[in-house]
Amino acid sequence: MIKQLSQRLLGPVTLVLLALTLWLGLWVTPPDKVQGNLVRLLYVHPAIAWVALYVSFGTAAIAGALYLWKRTRSELMDRIAYCAMEVSTVFIILTLITGSIWGRPTWGVWWAWDARLTSTAILGLFELAYLALRRANDDSDLRARRSAVFAIIAAINVPIIHFSVDWWNTLHQGASVFTEDGKITVHGSMLVTLFISLFAFTLLFFWLLRARYRLEVLRDEKYQSSLDEALAQRRREGVH
Amino acid sequence: MIRIALLVAGKDLRIERRSRVLLWQVLPFGVTGLLLCGLALGPTHAGHSSAAPGLFYLVMLLVALLMINRSQVIEGSVGTKTSIATLGLDPAGVFLGKALALAVELWLTAVVLLAGSVLFLHTALSGTVSALPSVVVILGALAAAGTLYGALSGGGQGPATLLPMLSLPAFAPLLIAGERSFSAALDHGSIWRWWVISLVALVAYLALGILLYGVLEES
Repeated sequence: MIKQLSQRLLGPVTLVLLALTLWLGLWVTPPDKVQGNLVRLLYVHPAIAWVALYVSFGTAAIAGALYLWKRTRSELMDRIAYCAMEVSTVFIILTLITGSIWGRPTWGVWWAWDARLTSTAILGLFELAYLALRRANDDSDLRARRSAVFAIIAAINVPIIHFSVDWWNTLHQGASVFTEDGKITVHGSMLVTLFISLFAFTLLFFWLLRARYRLEVLRDEKYQSSLDEALAQRRREGVH
Repeated sequence: MIRIALLVAGKDLRIERRSRVLLWQVLPFGVTGLLLCGLALGPTHAGHSSAAPGLFYLVMLLVALLMINRSQVIEGSVGTKTSIATLGLDPAGVFLGKALALAVELWLTAVVLLAGSVLFLHTALSGTVSALPSVVVILGALAAAGTLYGALSGGGQGPATLLPMLSLPAFAPLLIAGERSFSAALDHGSIWRWWVISLVALVAYLALGILLYGVLEES
Protein backbone atom coordinates (compact mmCIF):
# COMPACT_ATOMS: atom_id res chain seq x y z
CA MET A 1 0.00 0.00 0.00
CA ILE A 2 2.73 2.46 1.08
CA LYS A 3 4.93 1.23 -1.77
CA GLN A 4 2.16 1.77 -4.32
CA LEU A 5 1.34 5.19 -2.91
CA SER A 6 4.99 6.30 -3.00
CA GLN A 7 5.30 5.04 -6.58
CA ARG A 8 2.23 6.99 -7.60
CA LEU A 9 3.30 10.12 -5.79
CA LEU A 10 6.91 10.12 -7.01
CA GLY A 11 6.12 11.75 -10.36
CA PRO A 12 3.75 14.47 -9.14
CA VAL A 13 5.95 15.35 -6.14
CA THR A 14 8.98 15.63 -8.44
CA LEU A 15 7.12 17.91 -10.82
CA VAL A 16 5.87 20.10 -7.98
CA LEU A 17 9.37 20.45 -6.53
CA LEU A 18 10.87 21.21 -9.94
CA ALA A 19 8.20 23.88 -10.49
CA LEU A 20 8.95 25.27 -7.02
CA THR A 21 12.68 25.41 -7.86
CA LEU A 22 11.86 27.25 -11.08
CA TRP A 23 9.62 29.75 -9.30
CA LEU A 24 12.04 30.38 -6.43
CA GLY A 25 15.05 30.50 -8.74
CA LEU A 26 13.57 32.87 -11.31
CA TRP A 27 11.28 35.13 -9.28
CA VAL A 28 11.76 34.92 -5.53
CA THR A 29 15.55 34.86 -5.02
CA PRO A 30 17.50 38.10 -5.56
CA PRO A 31 20.27 38.54 -8.14
CA ASP A 32 23.79 37.93 -6.87
CA LYS A 33 26.00 40.89 -5.92
CA VAL A 34 28.77 39.83 -8.31
CA GLN A 35 27.15 37.50 -10.86
CA GLY A 36 23.81 39.27 -11.21
CA ASN A 37 21.07 37.12 -12.77
CA LEU A 38 23.61 34.56 -13.91
CA VAL A 39 23.45 33.10 -10.41
CA ARG A 40 20.02 31.63 -11.26
CA LEU A 41 21.72 28.96 -13.35
CA LEU A 42 23.37 27.74 -10.17
CA TYR A 43 20.02 26.51 -8.86
CA VAL A 44 20.12 23.97 -11.69
CA HIS A 45 23.76 23.18 -12.51
CA PRO A 46 25.00 21.92 -9.10
CA ALA A 47 21.85 19.83 -8.64
CA ILE A 48 22.26 18.18 -12.06
CA ALA A 49 25.96 17.58 -11.37
CA TRP A 50 25.11 16.10 -7.94
CA VAL A 51 22.74 13.61 -9.58
CA ALA A 52 25.14 12.81 -12.45
CA LEU A 53 28.24 12.24 -10.34
CA TYR A 54 27.06 10.92 -7.02
CA VAL A 55 23.47 9.69 -7.11
CA SER A 56 23.12 8.04 -10.51
CA PHE A 57 26.72 7.03 -11.13
CA GLY A 58 26.97 5.86 -7.53
CA THR A 59 23.82 3.76 -7.96
CA ALA A 60 25.22 2.21 -11.15
CA ALA A 61 28.60 1.40 -9.60
CA ILE A 62 27.10 -0.02 -6.38
CA ALA A 63 24.53 -2.10 -8.29
CA GLY A 64 27.36 -3.35 -10.52
CA ALA A 65 29.46 -4.29 -7.49
CA LEU A 66 26.47 -6.10 -5.98
CA TYR A 67 26.08 -8.04 -9.23
CA LEU A 68 29.69 -9.19 -9.01
CA TRP A 69 29.19 -10.36 -5.43
CA LYS A 70 27.77 -13.87 -5.79
CA ARG A 71 25.36 -13.56 -2.84
CA THR A 72 23.57 -10.58 -4.37
CA ARG A 73 24.01 -11.47 -8.05
CA SER A 74 20.71 -11.03 -9.88
CA GLU A 75 19.20 -9.64 -13.04
CA LEU A 76 17.67 -6.88 -10.91
CA MET A 77 21.11 -5.51 -9.99
CA ASP A 78 22.31 -5.59 -13.58
CA ARG A 79 19.20 -3.81 -14.81
CA ILE A 80 19.47 -1.14 -12.10
CA ALA A 81 23.16 -0.59 -12.95
CA TYR A 82 22.42 -0.23 -16.66
CA CYS A 83 19.40 2.03 -16.26
CA ALA A 84 21.15 4.25 -13.69
CA MET A 85 24.14 4.60 -15.99
CA GLU A 86 21.93 5.60 -18.88
CA VAL A 87 20.21 8.26 -16.77
CA SER A 88 23.62 9.38 -15.46
CA THR A 89 24.85 9.86 -19.04
CA VAL A 90 21.95 12.22 -19.73
CA PHE A 91 22.66 14.13 -16.54
CA ILE A 92 26.40 14.41 -17.17
CA ILE A 93 25.74 15.81 -20.65
CA LEU A 94 23.35 18.33 -19.05
CA THR A 95 26.02 19.15 -16.44
CA LEU A 96 28.52 19.99 -19.17
CA ILE A 97 25.97 22.00 -21.16
CA THR A 98 24.72 24.07 -18.19
CA GLY A 99 28.30 24.58 -16.99
CA SER A 100 29.29 25.73 -20.44
CA ILE A 101 26.38 28.20 -20.61
CA TRP A 102 27.49 29.61 -17.25
CA GLY A 103 31.18 29.62 -18.27
CA ARG A 104 30.76 31.69 -21.44
CA PRO A 105 29.74 34.98 -19.76
CA THR A 106 31.79 34.30 -16.60
CA TRP A 107 35.10 33.06 -18.01
CA GLY A 108 34.68 34.33 -21.58
CA VAL A 109 34.87 30.83 -23.12
CA TRP A 110 32.46 27.94 -23.61
CA TRP A 111 35.10 25.44 -22.57
CA ALA A 112 38.29 25.70 -20.51
CA TRP A 113 40.92 22.97 -20.02
CA ASP A 114 40.25 23.05 -16.32
CA ALA A 115 40.80 20.00 -14.10
CA ARG A 116 37.15 19.86 -12.94
CA LEU A 117 35.76 20.25 -16.46
CA THR A 118 38.21 17.83 -18.06
CA SER A 119 37.73 15.12 -15.44
CA THR A 120 33.94 15.47 -15.72
CA ALA A 121 34.16 15.16 -19.51
CA ILE A 122 36.31 12.05 -19.06
CA LEU A 123 33.63 10.54 -16.83
CA GLY A 124 31.10 11.32 -19.58
CA LEU A 125 33.29 9.42 -22.06
CA PHE A 126 33.48 6.52 -19.59
CA GLU A 127 29.68 6.45 -19.47
CA LEU A 128 29.35 6.48 -23.26
CA ALA A 129 31.90 3.66 -23.40
CA TYR A 130 29.84 1.75 -20.81
CA LEU A 131 26.77 2.00 -23.04
CA ALA A 132 28.84 0.82 -26.03
CA LEU A 133 30.10 -2.11 -23.97
CA ARG A 134 26.51 -3.10 -23.14
CA ARG A 135 25.64 -3.27 -26.83
CA ALA A 136 28.74 -5.27 -27.76
CA ASN A 137 27.84 -8.44 -25.84
CA ASP A 138 24.93 -10.81 -26.43
CA ASP A 139 25.56 -13.12 -23.50
CA SER A 140 23.64 -11.51 -20.64
CA ASP A 141 25.86 -12.73 -17.78
CA LEU A 142 29.10 -11.84 -19.58
CA ARG A 143 27.67 -8.44 -20.47
CA ALA A 144 26.61 -7.80 -16.89
CA ARG A 145 30.00 -8.82 -15.45
CA ARG A 146 32.03 -6.78 -17.92
CA SER A 147 29.81 -3.73 -17.45
CA ALA A 148 30.04 -4.04 -13.66
CA VAL A 149 33.84 -4.23 -13.75
CA PHE A 150 33.96 -1.26 -16.10
CA ALA A 151 31.67 0.81 -13.85
CA ILE A 152 33.83 0.04 -10.81
CA ILE A 153 37.00 1.10 -12.64
CA ALA A 154 35.30 4.27 -13.91
CA ALA A 155 34.19 5.08 -10.35
CA ILE A 156 37.82 5.97 -9.52
CA ASN A 157 37.16 9.14 -11.49
CA VAL A 158 34.45 10.38 -9.09
CA PRO A 159 36.76 11.29 -6.16
CA ILE A 160 39.21 12.77 -8.69
CA ILE A 161 36.43 15.07 -9.97
CA HIS A 162 35.34 15.91 -6.43
CA PHE A 163 38.81 16.86 -5.19
CA SER A 164 40.10 18.30 -8.49
CA VAL A 165 39.35 21.84 -7.30
CA ASP A 166 41.56 21.27 -4.24
CA TRP A 167 44.36 19.32 -5.93
CA TRP A 168 44.87 21.64 -8.90
CA ASN A 169 44.56 25.37 -9.53
CA THR A 170 41.22 25.49 -11.30
CA LEU A 171 38.99 28.11 -12.84
CA HIS A 172 36.05 26.18 -11.44
CA GLN A 173 35.21 27.37 -7.97
CA GLY A 174 35.89 25.20 -4.94
CA ALA A 175 33.35 24.22 -2.27
CA SER A 176 31.02 27.24 -2.07
CA VAL A 177 28.06 26.36 0.14
CA PHE A 178 30.09 25.32 3.17
CA THR A 179 33.55 26.60 4.06
CA GLU A 180 36.32 24.24 5.16
CA ASP A 181 35.43 24.82 8.82
CA GLY A 182 31.78 23.94 8.14
CA LYS A 183 30.30 27.46 8.03
CA ILE A 184 27.49 28.18 5.58
CA THR A 185 28.36 30.86 3.05
CA VAL A 186 25.05 31.03 1.14
CA HIS A 187 22.15 32.61 2.95
CA GLY A 188 18.39 32.94 3.03
CA SER A 189 16.18 32.17 0.04
CA MET A 190 19.22 31.27 -2.10
CA LEU A 191 20.23 28.43 0.22
CA VAL A 192 16.65 27.12 0.51
CA THR A 193 16.26 27.14 -3.30
CA LEU A 194 19.56 25.36 -3.72
CA PHE A 195 18.54 22.56 -1.34
CA ILE A 196 15.05 22.25 -2.88
CA SER A 197 16.63 21.91 -6.33
CA LEU A 198 19.02 19.23 -5.02
CA PHE A 199 16.08 17.29 -3.60
CA ALA A 200 13.92 17.83 -6.72
CA PHE A 201 16.58 16.60 -9.13
CA THR A 202 17.36 13.61 -6.88
CA LEU A 203 13.67 12.64 -7.02
CA LEU A 204 13.70 13.22 -10.78
CA PHE A 205 16.53 10.71 -11.05
CA PHE A 206 14.56 8.05 -9.14
CA TRP A 207 11.48 8.76 -11.24
CA LEU A 208 13.45 8.40 -14.50
CA LEU A 209 15.24 5.31 -13.16
CA ARG A 210 11.93 3.65 -12.33
CA ALA A 211 10.50 4.45 -15.77
CA ARG A 212 13.66 3.23 -17.53
CA TYR A 213 13.70 0.06 -15.43
CA ARG A 214 10.12 -0.76 -16.39
CA LEU A 215 10.99 -0.19 -20.04
CA GLU A 216 13.95 -2.54 -19.73
CA VAL A 217 11.77 -5.26 -18.16
CA LEU A 218 9.23 -4.90 -20.99
CA ARG A 219 12.01 -5.03 -23.58
CA ASP A 220 13.39 -8.24 -22.07
CA GLU A 221 9.90 -9.78 -21.97
CA LYS A 222 9.33 -8.84 -25.60
CA TYR A 223 12.68 -10.36 -26.58
CA GLN A 224 11.90 -13.55 -24.65
CA SER A 225 8.42 -13.91 -26.17
CA SER A 226 9.72 -13.36 -29.71
CA LEU A 227 12.43 -15.94 -29.03
CA ASP A 228 9.83 -18.45 -27.78
CA GLU A 229 7.70 -17.75 -30.81
CA ALA A 230 10.63 -18.31 -33.19
CA LEU A 231 11.50 -21.60 -31.44
CA ALA A 232 7.87 -22.76 -31.64
CA GLN A 233 7.79 -21.92 -35.34
CA ARG A 234 10.97 -23.93 -35.95
CA ARG A 235 9.43 -26.88 -34.12
CA ARG A 236 6.28 -26.65 -36.26
CA GLU A 237 8.46 -26.55 -39.39
CA GLY A 238 10.28 -29.64 -38.10
CA VAL A 239 6.98 -31.55 -37.64
CA HIS A 240 5.85 -30.75 -41.17
CA MET B 1 51.24 -15.87 -8.78
CA ILE B 2 54.65 -14.37 -9.65
CA ARG B 3 55.77 -17.68 -11.22
CA ILE B 4 52.65 -17.78 -13.40
CA ALA B 5 53.13 -14.12 -14.29
CA LEU B 6 56.69 -14.78 -15.44
CA LEU B 7 55.54 -17.84 -17.43
CA VAL B 8 52.78 -15.90 -19.22
CA ALA B 9 55.04 -12.89 -19.84
CA GLY B 10 57.72 -15.21 -21.25
CA LYS B 11 55.17 -16.88 -23.52
CA ASP B 12 53.88 -13.53 -24.87
CA LEU B 13 57.38 -12.14 -25.41
CA ARG B 14 58.53 -15.32 -27.17
CA ILE B 15 55.52 -15.13 -29.50
CA GLU B 16 56.39 -11.49 -30.18
CA ARG B 17 60.05 -12.32 -30.84
CA ARG B 18 59.16 -15.09 -33.28
CA SER B 19 56.42 -13.22 -35.12
CA ARG B 20 58.46 -9.96 -35.25
CA VAL B 21 55.23 -7.94 -35.42
CA LEU B 22 56.66 -5.40 -32.97
CA LEU B 23 59.80 -4.94 -35.04
CA TRP B 24 58.35 -4.83 -38.54
CA GLN B 25 54.87 -3.43 -38.01
CA VAL B 26 54.43 -1.61 -34.70
CA LEU B 27 57.75 0.27 -34.56
CA PRO B 28 57.53 1.52 -38.18
CA PHE B 29 53.98 2.64 -37.40
CA GLY B 30 55.21 4.58 -34.35
CA VAL B 31 58.08 6.23 -36.22
CA THR B 32 55.71 7.14 -39.07
CA GLY B 33 53.32 8.64 -36.51
CA LEU B 34 56.13 10.76 -35.06
CA LEU B 35 57.16 11.92 -38.54
CA LEU B 36 53.56 12.81 -39.34
CA CYS B 37 53.41 14.90 -36.16
CA GLY B 38 56.49 16.78 -37.35
CA LEU B 39 54.89 17.32 -40.76
CA ALA B 40 51.65 18.50 -39.16
CA LEU B 41 53.54 21.08 -37.06
CA GLY B 42 55.45 22.31 -40.10
CA PRO B 43 59.19 23.06 -40.46
CA THR B 44 59.08 26.25 -38.35
CA HIS B 45 57.36 24.62 -35.34
CA ALA B 46 58.57 21.00 -35.46
CA GLY B 47 62.00 21.71 -33.96
CA HIS B 48 62.17 22.63 -30.26
CA SER B 49 58.39 22.55 -30.06
CA SER B 50 56.73 22.63 -26.66
CA ALA B 51 54.23 20.19 -28.19
CA ALA B 52 56.88 17.44 -28.48
CA PRO B 53 56.13 15.69 -25.14
CA GLY B 54 52.40 15.57 -25.90
CA LEU B 55 53.03 14.28 -29.41
CA PHE B 56 55.38 11.59 -28.12
CA TYR B 57 52.74 10.32 -25.69
CA LEU B 58 50.00 10.56 -28.32
CA VAL B 59 51.99 8.30 -30.64
CA MET B 60 52.78 5.97 -27.74
CA LEU B 61 49.09 5.76 -26.97
CA LEU B 62 48.23 4.78 -30.55
CA VAL B 63 51.01 2.21 -30.52
CA ALA B 64 49.73 0.90 -27.18
CA LEU B 65 46.25 0.38 -28.65
CA LEU B 66 47.74 -1.78 -31.41
CA MET B 67 49.76 -3.78 -28.91
CA ILE B 68 46.90 -4.30 -26.49
CA ASN B 69 44.72 -5.59 -29.29
CA ARG B 70 47.48 -7.92 -30.41
CA SER B 71 48.10 -9.15 -26.88
CA GLN B 72 44.40 -9.99 -26.49
CA VAL B 73 44.22 -11.69 -29.90
CA ILE B 74 47.01 -14.03 -28.77
CA GLU B 75 45.01 -14.86 -25.65
CA GLY B 76 41.81 -15.33 -27.63
CA SER B 77 43.30 -17.74 -30.17
CA VAL B 78 41.77 -21.22 -30.41
CA GLY B 79 42.68 -23.42 -27.48
CA THR B 80 44.50 -20.80 -25.37
CA LYS B 81 41.58 -19.97 -23.10
CA THR B 82 40.69 -23.65 -22.73
CA SER B 83 44.30 -24.47 -21.90
CA ILE B 84 44.48 -21.76 -19.26
CA ALA B 85 41.17 -22.91 -17.75
CA THR B 86 42.26 -26.57 -17.79
CA LEU B 87 45.63 -25.81 -16.23
CA GLY B 88 43.91 -23.85 -13.46
CA LEU B 89 46.26 -20.88 -13.76
CA ASP B 90 45.67 -18.07 -11.29
CA PRO B 91 43.93 -15.26 -13.26
CA ALA B 92 45.84 -12.66 -11.22
CA GLY B 93 49.10 -14.22 -12.39
CA VAL B 94 47.87 -14.29 -16.00
CA PHE B 95 46.94 -10.61 -15.73
CA LEU B 96 50.31 -9.66 -14.26
CA GLY B 97 52.14 -11.68 -16.91
CA LYS B 98 50.27 -10.12 -19.80
CA ALA B 99 50.70 -6.64 -18.32
CA LEU B 100 54.44 -7.25 -17.82
CA ALA B 101 54.91 -8.47 -21.42
CA LEU B 102 52.97 -5.47 -22.72
CA ALA B 103 55.02 -3.10 -20.54
CA VAL B 104 58.31 -4.56 -21.85
CA GLU B 105 57.09 -4.09 -25.44
CA LEU B 106 56.01 -0.51 -24.69
CA TRP B 107 59.35 0.30 -23.01
CA LEU B 108 61.24 -1.00 -26.05
CA THR B 109 59.05 1.08 -28.36
CA ALA B 110 59.52 4.13 -26.13
CA VAL B 111 63.33 3.90 -26.45
CA VAL B 112 63.01 4.08 -30.24
CA LEU B 113 60.39 6.82 -30.19
CA LEU B 114 62.32 8.92 -27.65
CA ALA B 115 65.33 8.71 -29.97
CA GLY B 116 62.95 9.70 -32.76
CA SER B 117 61.70 12.70 -30.81
CA VAL B 118 65.29 13.86 -30.20
CA LEU B 119 65.96 13.45 -33.92
CA PHE B 120 62.75 14.78 -35.48
CA LEU B 121 61.24 17.05 -32.81
CA HIS B 122 64.62 18.25 -31.46
CA THR B 123 63.89 17.56 -27.78
CA ALA B 124 67.01 18.09 -25.66
CA LEU B 125 68.87 14.82 -25.01
CA SER B 126 69.53 15.58 -21.32
CA GLY B 127 65.85 16.46 -20.71
CA THR B 128 64.70 13.37 -22.58
CA VAL B 129 66.97 11.14 -20.49
CA SER B 130 65.80 12.71 -17.23
CA ALA B 131 62.17 12.03 -18.27
CA LEU B 132 62.90 8.27 -18.40
CA PRO B 133 61.72 7.41 -14.83
CA SER B 134 58.31 8.91 -15.54
CA VAL B 135 58.13 7.25 -18.99
CA VAL B 136 58.80 3.86 -17.38
CA VAL B 137 56.06 4.26 -14.76
CA ILE B 138 53.47 5.78 -17.10
CA LEU B 139 53.95 3.07 -19.71
CA GLY B 140 53.73 0.48 -16.94
CA ALA B 141 50.38 1.97 -15.88
CA LEU B 142 49.30 2.05 -19.54
CA ALA B 143 50.17 -1.64 -19.85
CA ALA B 144 48.25 -2.59 -16.70
CA ALA B 145 45.19 -0.53 -17.70
CA GLY B 146 45.44 -1.77 -21.28
CA THR B 147 45.47 -5.42 -20.24
CA LEU B 148 42.38 -4.87 -18.12
CA TYR B 149 40.52 -2.96 -20.85
CA GLY B 150 41.64 -5.46 -23.49
CA ALA B 151 39.93 -8.22 -21.50
CA LEU B 152 36.88 -6.00 -21.00
CA SER B 153 36.56 -5.34 -24.71
CA GLY B 154 36.21 -9.04 -25.40
CA GLY B 155 39.76 -10.26 -25.67
CA GLY B 156 40.24 -9.49 -29.36
CA GLN B 157 36.86 -11.05 -30.22
CA GLY B 158 34.76 -7.93 -29.71
CA PRO B 159 34.20 -5.10 -32.19
CA ALA B 160 37.45 -3.33 -33.18
CA THR B 161 36.11 0.07 -32.13
CA LEU B 162 35.32 -1.03 -28.59
CA LEU B 163 38.88 -1.11 -27.21
CA PRO B 164 39.73 2.54 -28.05
CA MET B 165 36.34 3.67 -26.82
CA LEU B 166 36.73 1.87 -23.48
CA SER B 167 40.36 2.65 -22.86
CA LEU B 168 40.90 6.20 -24.09
CA PRO B 169 39.01 7.86 -21.20
CA ALA B 170 41.24 5.91 -18.81
CA PHE B 171 44.40 6.66 -20.76
CA ALA B 172 43.70 10.41 -20.90
CA PRO B 173 44.89 11.12 -17.30
CA LEU B 174 48.04 9.07 -17.98
CA LEU B 175 48.61 11.09 -21.14
CA ILE B 176 48.28 14.33 -19.15
CA ALA B 177 50.66 13.09 -16.42
CA GLY B 178 53.17 11.92 -19.03
CA GLU B 179 53.07 15.17 -20.97
CA ARG B 180 53.47 17.26 -17.81
CA SER B 181 56.40 15.26 -16.45
CA PHE B 182 58.19 15.15 -19.84
CA SER B 183 57.69 18.93 -20.24
CA ALA B 184 59.01 19.48 -16.71
CA ALA B 185 62.07 17.36 -17.50
CA LEU B 186 62.76 19.37 -20.67
CA ASP B 187 62.42 22.61 -18.69
CA HIS B 188 64.80 21.23 -16.01
CA GLY B 189 61.93 21.20 -13.49
CA SER B 190 60.96 18.46 -11.06
CA ILE B 191 59.21 15.45 -12.58
CA TRP B 192 58.51 13.78 -9.23
CA ARG B 193 55.06 15.24 -8.51
CA TRP B 194 53.65 13.73 -11.71
CA TRP B 195 55.77 10.63 -11.22
CA VAL B 196 54.06 9.97 -7.88
CA ILE B 197 50.60 10.45 -9.49
CA SER B 198 51.58 8.00 -12.25
CA LEU B 199 52.84 5.54 -9.65
CA VAL B 200 49.50 5.73 -7.82
CA ALA B 201 47.73 5.03 -11.14
CA LEU B 202 50.05 2.07 -11.79
CA VAL B 203 49.41 0.57 -8.35
CA ALA B 204 45.64 1.18 -8.67
CA TYR B 205 45.42 -0.52 -12.06
CA LEU B 206 47.57 -3.44 -10.91
CA ALA B 207 45.35 -3.89 -7.84
CA LEU B 208 42.16 -3.67 -9.92
CA GLY B 209 43.55 -6.10 -12.47
CA ILE B 210 44.59 -8.63 -9.82
CA LEU B 211 41.14 -8.39 -8.20
CA LEU B 212 38.94 -8.28 -11.30
CA TYR B 213 40.71 -10.09 -14.14
CA GLY B 214 39.37 -13.42 -12.94
CA VAL B 215 35.80 -12.12 -13.04
CA LEU B 216 36.25 -11.18 -16.70
CA GLU B 217 37.82 -14.48 -17.69
CA GLU B 218 35.44 -16.75 -15.79
CA SER B 219 32.96 -18.49 -18.08
